[in-house]
Order: sequence, then C-alpha cells, then structure tokens
Amino acid sequence: MAAMTLPGLALGGFALFVAALLLVGAAAVARPRFAALGALPLCAAGALLALAYLIGGAHPAAIAVPIGPPGVAMTLAIDGLSGFFLLLLLLAGAAASATALDDHQGEYAATAPFFPVFLGAMALTLLAADAFALVIGFELMSLASFALVLTHHRDEAVRTAALLYIGMAAIGAACLIPALALIAQAAPDLRFATLRAHPPEGWRAVAVLALVLVGAGSKAGLAPLHVWLPPAHSAAPGHVSALMSGAMTKVALYVLIRVLFDLCGPAQPMWWGLPLVLLGAAGAVLGGLRANMEGDIKAVLACSTVENIGLIAIGLGLALAARAVDLGQLAALAMAGALLHAMAHGMFKPLLFLCAGATQHGAGTRRLDRLGGLIHRMPVTTACVLVGGACLAGLPPSSGFAGEWTLFQAVLGAPRIGGIFLQTVISVTALLMALAVALAAAATVRLIGVAFLGRPRSPRAAAAVEAGLPARAGMIGLAAVSGLIGLFPGAVLALAGPAQHLLVGAAMEGRAGGLVIAPQADAPGYAAPAIAALLGLCGVLVAMAVRRYALANGAAGHRRGPAWDGGFGAAPAWLPFGDPLTQYGGASFAQPLRRSLGTTLLAARESVFMPEPGDTRPARLEVALHDPADTHLFQPAARARDALSGLADRMQFLTIRRTLSLMFIALVLFLAVVAAMEQM
Amino acid sequence: MTLLFGLITQLLHVALMLAAGPVLIGAIRLLKARLLGRTGPHVLQPWRDLLRLFRKQPVLAENASWLFRAAPAAAFAAILAAAALVPTFALGMAGGPVADLLVIAGLLTLSRCILALAAMDIGTAFGGIGASREMTFSAFAEPALLLVIFTLALLAGTTNLDVIADALRGGTYGLRVSLGLALIAAVAIGIAENGRIPVDNPATHLELTMVHEAMVLEYSGRHLALIEWGVGLKLLVWMSLITTIFLPFGAAPAGASPLLWLAGLAAWAAKVGVLAAALATFETVIAKMRVFRVPEFLGIALLLGLLAAVFLFVSQGLA
Repeated sequence: MAAMTLPGLALGGFALFVAALLLVGAAAVARPRFAALGALPLCAAGALLALAYLIGGAHPAAIAVPIGPPGVAMTLAIDGLSGFFLLLLLLAGAAASATALDDHQGEYAATAPFFPVFLGAMALTLLAADAFALVIGFELMSLASFALVLTHHRDEAVRTAALLYIGMAAIGAACLIPALALIAQAAPDLRFATLRAHPPEGWRAVAVLALVLVGAGSKAGLAPLHVWLPPAHSAAPGHVSALMSGAMTKVALYVLIRVLFDLCGPAQPMWWGLPLVLLGAAGAVLGGLRANMEGDIKAVLACSTVENIGLIAIGLGLALAARAVDLGQLAALAMAGALLHAMAHGMFKPLLFLCAGATQHGAGTRRLDRLGGLIHRMPVTTACVLVGGACLAGLPPSSGFAGEWTLFQAVLGAPRIGGIFLQTVISVTALLMALAVALAAAATVRLIGVAFLGRPRSPRAAAAVEAGLPARAGMIGLAAVSGLIGLFPGAVLALAGPAQHLLVGAAMEGRAGGLVIAPQADAPGYAAPAIAALLGLCGVLVAMAVRRYALANGAAGHRRGPAWDGGFGAAPAWLPFGDPLTQYGGASFAQPLRRSLGTTLLAARESVFMPEPGDTRPARLEVALHDPADTHLFQPAARARDALSGLADRMQFLTIRRTLSLMFIALVLFLAVVAAMEQM
Repeated sequence: MTLLFGLITQLLHVALMLAAGPVLIGAIRLLKARLLGRTGPHVLQPWRDLLRLFRKQPVLAENASWLFRAAPAAAFAAILAAAALVPTFALGMAGGPVADLLVIAGLLTLSRCILALAAMDIGTAFGGIGASREMTFSAFAEPALLLVIFTLALLAGTTNLDVIADALRGGTYGLRVSLGLALIAAVAIGIAENGRIPVDNPATHLELTMVHEAMVLEYSGRHLALIEWGVGLKLLVWMSLITTIFLPFGAAPAGASPLLWLAGLAAWAAKVGVLAAALATFETVIAKMRVFRVPEFLGIALLLGLLAAVFLFVSQGLA
C-alpha cells in the first residue's frame, strides 16, 4: 500500500496537477481568461502540497503512467530534489498567475493557452523519472515559452528575440538528447533508476558533461550561452518573463543537477566541478557588468539573472569537486548555498519582473530614460521593487544575502579540496564573485534610482498609475516570501535537506537551525534573525531619539522648498519636472563602470559628435557595447553557418552528371557505413 | 557571568562608538589644521555642529519622497549595527557570536546603497554623480575587501570577527607576509570606503570633485546631522576593524575583569590615535586623484589581497 502514503499521494496529486494544467490550457483556447484563473488555484494548492511533502520527509515515490513511446510506460517520480524545485516553481507560478489575471484589454489573450501549458511542462520536467519524459517536458517547456515570448508578435524586436530564443532552444535540445542517449547506451531502458545503475565512464562521461553543460546550461543562462536572455526576457510579458527568469532557468539547473549529480553517479573525477566554477564566475561578472549598461528594466533584470545563475553554478561546481574528493561536509555546504540561492533568486527575480511588468503597464514603457519618479505614483510597486532590490544587491538581511553568504562560505572552505592550482583558481573565483555581487549592487541602485526615484523623464511617467489589485497581490506575496527566506534561511535549508542527502550524501545537520546557519557545526555563523533584530532596534531607537530631541527643541516636522541643487536655480515654468538634461540617467550613471571595466570586458567604445560653433545640430554621445560571447562565439558561428550554406547552395547549380555522381558517392558511403556497423 | 559581562561590554562599546565617532573627525581635522600651520577648530567642534544641526528643522526638496526622509536614519542604523559588532576595548561582547565579517561588510554596503538611492531621489545632477561614483568605487573596493576576509578566514578557519580577533591576539600565526599584504589592502579599501583623500575629499567645497558630499548635498537639519554622525562612526568602525585584526594586542579577552577593560580602552584609544595621526599626515602630504584613477588605486588593493591569499597557499603548501 505504498501508493497510499504521503509521498504517493503527493506524486499522484502532482501528476493530476500537470494534467489539469494541460486541460486548463485547452480550455483557455476558447476562453483566454481561464488560463490565469485556472492556473492560480492549481499553483497555490500545488505549492502547499510540495511544502507538505518536503516537511513530511520527502520520501521518494514513483508511478508508471500509460503514456509514452509504443510499449513503454512513462515513469513519473518525486524525491527531495524535485520536491524542492516544485515548491520554487509553484510559488513563482502562483504569483505570476495572479498577475496574469490583471490582463489589460485582453493583450495576453492571443497566447493565454500556452501559459498553463508552460507551467505544466515545467512541472512535468521536474517529475520526469525517465529520459523520455524529461525530454518531452523540457521541449514542451521550450515551445510553450517560445509561444509566450511571441505575445506581442507585431513588434519586430519581439520576433527577432523569439527567433534567437528558439534557435538557442534547438541547440540545447540537440545537446541534451544526445547526452541522455549516451548515458542510456549501457542501460537496458530509459528509466532513471536503471540509468543510475549504469553511470557513464571514460570519454562518454566527458561527452555527457560537455553536452549537458550546453544543453541545460543554454536554457539556464550559463555563460557563454546567455545571449538570448536579455532580448527574450524583454520581449515577453511581465508575468511570463517572471516565470522564465525565476522558474525556467531553475528547471534547467534542475536538469543539470539531476544528470551531473544523480545520473552520472558519484564516481566522477574532481575536475568535473571546474567547468561549472569557471563558467559560473565568468557569467557572474559579465552579467553583473552588463546589468549596469542596459537601458531596459527587463534587460537589466535578465542580465542580473545571468549573474545569479553564475553564482549558483559556482556553488554546484564546488559541490561536485568536493564530493569527488569525499569532503562531504564541504559538498553539503556548497550545495546548500546553491539551493538556497536558487530558491532566493526564484522568488525575488519573479518579483522584480512582475514589478517591471507593472511599470510597463503603469508608465507605458520600460526604458530607463523615459521613467523616473514612480515612487510618488506607484508606491506599492516601488516598495516591492525595494524589497526585491535589496535581495538583488545582496544586502543583509535579505534572502539574496543569505544565499550569497552561504556560497561565499563554501568558496572560503574550498581550498581544502587541495592543490595550489585549484586554490589559486578559487581565490580568483572569490574575487570574481565579490566583483559580481558589488556590480549587482551598483546595477540595483541604478535601476531603482533612475526608474523609480528622481524626477519623471516623460509625461507618461509623470502620470503613471499603480498596478491593479491582482498584480499587487502577486508582488506583495513574493515580497513576503522573499522576506521570510531572508529571515529564516535555515528553514529553506531544512527543506533542501532531503535533496542534499540524495545528491551529496550529507546535509546541513547541526549547521542550519532556525536562528543560525554556520559553515561548521558548533561554529558561529550568519544569524539572520539576530541581524534583522539588531538593525530594526538600531533604526527604531535612532528614529525615536532624533524625534524626541527635535520635539524638545521645537524642530519637529519639516519644511518644503525648491531643491538646492548646488544653487542651480528653479527650472522655468515650461519644464514642470525641471530640466531633464540636468538629471542623471541610466547611461550617465553607468559611465564610470563603462570606462573602467566596460572597455576591457565589453569592448565599450564612446564616440562624441561635437558640432562646429554655429551648427544647430545637437552634440551626441554614442556608446557601443559588445558582449564577448557574441563577438567571439556567436558571430564566428554565424559566419561559419553562412559559409556552409553558401557551399550547400552551390549544389543546386550542378550539372546533371555531377548531381548523379554525387548521389552515387553518397550511396557508396552509406553502404560502407552500414557495412562497418555490421562488423561491430 | 560571562553573559552579563558580554552585555555590559556591548552596551559600553556602543555608547563609546557613538560618542567617539565625531571626536575622531574633530581630532583629524585639528591635526590636519596644525600640520598646515592653522590653529584649527576644537576637537569637540563636530559634536557642537551635530547638536546644532539636530536642533534645526530640515528643509526638503519639493519632490522628496518618503525614502529621502527615511534614508538618514536607516543608513545610520546600518552603520550603528556594524559598529556594534566590531570590538574595541574588549572581546567576547554579547554580539560576538553574530559578528561575521561578511555581515559587517554587508551592513556597510547597505548603508551606502540607502544613501546612494536617497541621492537619486531629488533628481539633481550632483546626487546622480555622487551615487554613480560611490557605487563604482564600491564595485572595486568590495572584491578587495572580500579577498582580505578570505585570507583571514583561511588563517582562522572562520569569518567570525570575534574568533579571528581572539586567534590573532593569541599570536598563533605570528608575523606573516600575507597579513602584511592584507593590512595594506585593508588600509587602501578603508580610505576609499570612507571617502578620504586621495579617493574623495571630505572637506571640499567644489561640487565637481565631491563624491560623498555630492550625494548628501540636498540634506539639511537633523537629517544631515545623522549622516555626518554616520560618517564619523563609519571611519571609527574601519579604524577599529583594522586595529582589532592587525594590531590585536591590548584588548581585554572574553570574560576579563573591568580593570582589563580600562587597559583595553587605553590601548584602543592609543591605536586609533596613531591611525588618526597617520591618516591626517597622509591626507596633508598627498593630493586627491582623478576619479578615473581610483579604480587603479583600488586595483592595487585587489592585487595585494589576491597575493595575500596566494602567499598563504604557497606557505601552507610548503610547510
């Protein structure tokens, strides 16, 4: 009667959940509003179920579903790892569905059916327990999100972004499917339980590592395959980019973890972690720097996703390396950092994307140079942005800080893995991580300072309207969850415990309590509630003391006057929000970083056009940036593709004699290959 | 008993930090004036300024939001929380177990981010220029700081300041090249983080050369008082941090008697006094550098931090 226990019930519930979401998608074809209306209660109930399953000990369960390739049943299973990521997915999904209810004049209607399908596909990927189901879920997720990116398909930029996105998804699939095939080569069937018993070895294992890094890494936004994120996240509606950035990248990370940690077995060499650490560090810095340069709120957030995925990848890489040399405690710490930061990022990034969507609707644009002063017109959205921003910048006591603190502790402990080469690599990694975190803080200040504070830069921003009730509920909910994670990171680590046992054989027992998380048992660590209480106490006492002193001296309250601005003087009446040129904008804020880091890392070039005296044309400052991944990887690839297609093109113009001989050669080659395979 | 002593030292420590911050600023100003041949203001002049400002009603710009009004207290609270965690005259304070170096660095970053946001709130050019430069500097200072923390954590096996300070005080590690390099890096970072010459000039009156002062240009009255107090407190936090880690002698150990507290207090005052004198002399003889040279200045700190960590690996590998 194993099926009637809590894990069995939970798994059955989730299987029904996936089916229900697909049905909701079908229903939404007729009535687009059903999509969000149906997804919201399903996600909320699913999140509760995932929480109950994790609290209940997360015992694994599996069922066979009579769907799949001929003669083979599809296997679904749930364990600590899938439960943890399901919780993340469904919390973000509930908030995104709530926001999707706030549909402005039915603009999401065209692609509404794909929204529940997208959610269901992600859940299916997490529940998959055989290679076939995993690929089905993963590709359905890609296709549904591709359709959702195309929601505003009349826009040329959106179509370009969607094309790039589906291209990257195709590359991902072209690597992920062979990777799974390589693992399955020695196994009699495709079930994970069987694959685990036959881990790949030798060159095959190396090929699996490379293919999975490309296949899942491209979807997760791991450098250098991150170039699709900024355009695709900008193109999609707010609630979709929230899910793509918060949940879909995590589902891709889940696939990475499932294959590299679980299916490939623990007997892999130590250097397996290095590619993840190096790519993660590179992506973290690149994403953090680019987040300072972008001019679109969502592009900024997408770049910061690249940064955060990089940080998580560093944690995963360290966990792999530490597990390989039997440093179980260190591996658990690194894994804890990765999972905690994944959960934190999975909450605060959707929050910020929902805020970006609210800004798009409320102020008519997402461009930093057309926004400003939204704190006066959109107080709730701004407050939520501030909460999300604190997490993004990694400020204590936010959830982002808790995750980054744990990751840093893992890096600080990593030199124990040994070897002067690795130790130097780890020192540089620590440096790059800190650089990425500091760059993220600068990007956050720039994003909030330019878009939400200051003076409006356009009449539309000056007349911005606050988000509707459902959107506000979604944002506030995610902000509350982020706050709770920040205050009680130990609780999240407790929920991640079963997953850690599964992956690295140890968890944070004795190191992650309700009050303190620590790198070693019985050692001092990060006491989030204490730090929050200390901050709150200091703030309240200071505010009260200052207020009482002011009251006693008759200086309570404040007066209003024109801004001092270094004596610049009031703006003329035809500029109701002051002279727009005297306010710092996104490009000007980024200038010091662009000059100091951007010239080397992003090949940033500034050119100034200064007209002659008497010329009435305005002076112009042009800035050009090039992502190194684009310059050194994608453009050469595109040139190679063009060259190849040029060669293929020539075949159309061959004489009939040559065409026939070509076919003859192809036939001979084919037969030779068949003969060779027969021999083997 | 230890807990009681911990609580008492904690409270005394916070009171000491609050009182001594402005005095430190006054002392440095006086020293600098004397070095330049001027009489200089009284040591307590910053305190008098603060009290005067606290009695004044602030004038807010017309479009100032709630964030602008709340920022001074919030930023001050963050610095105060960090100050409460950095030991001065005694180790083993009540806050010792939570005094993590990464948390202290995070709290200082929190205060910086709050002030940078407030600077952007009015929408003036000076606020923006100050915020932009401050965040740029911190993007270079923080990695260097992390490498210093990394080196210390490699030595002591933890990032807890109380444990590190106790271990270094015991002289377990002796004199090390890594610690020397880390000290130089920490001093450079401290100069940048506190906006001292050559990175920023705290006494400038030319807006274009300002970083921190440009950020707080719109503040007045009690708001400005809190910010100024915070500046003094932050400098004191940095000096205490450097003395606690790199000049650890003299501080009373955990649970020591109040007589040792007095000795610790004298030692701390002497050490901070020496650092203040060094800072005043340094600021007198050196000129402020161009803004775009600052990343190079901090890049050296970064390199020294990296060298400190690598040297440690090499020496441990050979040992």
